[in-house]
Amino acid sequence: MAQGFAESGADLELIGITKRFPGFTAIEELNLTIPAGSFFALLGPSGCGKTTTLRLVAGLEDPTAGRILIGGKDVTQTKPYQRPVNTVFQSYALFPHMTVLENVAFGLRRRRIADPLGKAHEALRLVELDHVAQRKPAQLSGGQQQRVALARAVVNRPALLLLDEPLGALDLKLRRQMQIELKDIQSDVGLTFLHVTHDQEEAMTMADTVAVMNKGQIEQMGAPEELYELPKTAFVANFLGQSNLFTGKVTSSGKDSIVVSVDGAKIEVPRDRAQRHAGEVTIGVRPEKLMLHTEAPKPMPGTNLIGPGRVSDVSFSGVSTQYTVSVPRLGELVVFAQNMAFGPVVNHGAEVWLTWTVDHGFGLADDPADGPRFPADTDTKSIAVQRREKLEEELEGA
Amino acid sequence: MAFGAFATAAPVQPDSAPRRRSKVALLLLLPGIAYLALFFLVPLVSLVLTSFQAKTPGTDIGVYDYAFKIENYGLVFNTYSEHMLRSLLYAVVATVLALLFSYPLAYFIGVTLRRFPLLQSLALTLVIAPFFISFLLRTLAWKQILSDEGAVISTLKALSLLGSDAHFTGTPGAVIFGLAYNFIPFMTLPIYTSLEKLDLRYVEAGGDLYANPARTFLSVTLPLSAPGVISGTLLTFIPISGDFVNASNAFLGSSETAMVGNVIESQFFTSQNYPIAAALSIILMGAILVLVSIYVRRSGTEDLV
Repeated sequence: MAQGFAESGADLELIGITKRFPGFTAIEELNLTIPAGSFFALLGPSGCGKTTTLRLVAGLEDPTAGRILIGGKDVTQTKPYQRPVNTVFQSYALFPHMTVLENVAFGLRRRRIADPLGKAHEALRLVELDHVAQRKPAQLSGGQQQRVALARAVVNRPALLLLDEPLGALDLKLRRQMQIELKDIQSDVGLTFLHVTHDQEEAMTMADTVAVMNKGQIEQMGAPEELYELPKTAFVANFLGQSNLFTGKVTSSGKDSIVVSVDGAKIEVPRDRAQRHAGEVTIGVRPEKLMLHTEAPKPMPGTNLIGPGRVSDVSFSGVSTQYTVSVPRLGELVVFAQNMAFGPVVNHGAEVWLTWTVDHGFGLADDPADGPRFPADTDTKSIAVQRREKLEEELEGA
Repeated sequence: MAFGAFATAAPVQPDSAPRRRSKVALLLLLPGIAYLALFFLVPLVSLVLTSFQAKTPGTDIGVYDYAFKIENYGLVFNTYSEHMLRSLLYAVVATVLALLFSYPLAYFIGVTLRRFPLLQSLALTLVIAPFFISFLLRTLAWKQILSDEGAVISTLKALSLLGSDAHFTGTPGAVIFGLAYNFIPFMTLPIYTSLEKLDLRYVEAGGDLYANPARTFLSVTLPLSAPGVISGTLLTFIPISGDFVNASNAFLGSSETAMVGNVIESQFFTSQNYPIAAALSIILMGAILVLVSIYVRRSGTEDLV
């Protein structure tokens, strides 16, 4: 099964995967199909089950229920070494007793591929580390070790490459470079990449498809632009970038748009961009879509107007400035303004009005204040187990 | 911990920290140096001098003069090379047996029992527990157990697995068994200390890179526990080479199984031939030093993490 280089990527299918650990559920009824040759990112906060998903695919954990198919073959019962899969581990896991070169050649030797050292050198050149081929991993910096880990996995040309936060230890410039190189490798060979990360920017720049994961389930899946422009849940709206969210009752529902009354303020949202069209709904708009005005603008059709409010915080971040505006009864709104030579520049405490084009709004399927997905597990034994695991994690991190 | 003498060899530090020679450090080292000088160097020099002594003419046995009688060494080589080879052979076989027994045991305690700290401590205590009973008593007990009338041999005879005139005590097998048994804790503990620190993520990485469990063990687990294996084998091989209890008539051996230790003992205490005993001791020491340094260099401890 794991013989030779993969000619092309394989598709991955997870069917009804559930994983329970003593005391908690990591993944509940997960169904996911990743088409062959795609760059798929699994994005979520720590503890959302994304790394567990990856370990299930690699065969390092067994699912409590469900099936895993790689390239149409059921691999649920097979051992890790029998799966056509390689992993770039978050901890790198480079063998400390072998040279960098031997580390990279390890997988090639196991599969008896011709000229393992030549291919290992080639892979090291790809990550610009051929000059340290004879060193031991402990003699490299964290970033270098991470690139060696990448080379060690990529050199095997697996049908499916799993990346567990692979660029976390790199500085910004190197990370950009590696992102481009990874993308190149992926499209050159047509491998399937499954990338697990908590970095939304990384997920959006690299992946064809992003799945946002929360509490053991996938909240929303789609192309990065689609996820950003049309988040379906409050979690996605806030985890992928920032959002200004309002909750209110739908007062009128037209052919093209619905109007929501949020504590008296009327906000219009396009009908096809809203998930729900009646009753109590949550709507939102991205901070960079908002315009600041220092004088009350005239109400115009096709534009939402809010104000007046007061600027309660100004923070400068180079390309843009982030304003926090307190609007009575609506709460705090975040505005990103490009730092252009013209346009309003306002100070802390200034009175401002906010406008945005109706087309930029979106309506969510849920409410921001959703309860926990899994009922709390309160028997003492499971609490003790959880606490111990948390402590062990902390100790390991220290 | 003494078991970790080799296992805890510090990783190669970049030479960023400048070497500091302070007088306080020298002062603190002084008791240790004095101890070594008094209890190691002085006896060693005395032993070397004794090995060259010659018999004082016209006296009783046991009286010798300082001389430079290098023939002592020639005599020892000619007479006792058989015992020397037997000792080293027994030591190698017993060390290998102890390793084969100890590695799985240490793996079980250090890796399998990791999730159960209480059981782990209990198992470790059981490994050390035999030390609470005198080594002589335990060896004597084995003599009883393995004697011709003992339960083991008589059962085997009754089952016709052994001939009716078979016996075990006094054979090389019994001596090697006794040696391996007595030194198993010295082998198990250093291997345990290496395996206990083994990061299982390396094992996972081995599996991820197409290595089956056996290959992962040979390429990853075993090299990573090599410091423990090396210190364990040294801690067993060296004392076994000089052991004189297991191989003696009174315990598990016979005159055919006499090791160097037995010869040295009888030369010192029975024949009172001190120069011969001293020369034998020095040859044994030299042989162990040569073998151990070849072994340590071969296994490349310098490169171990």
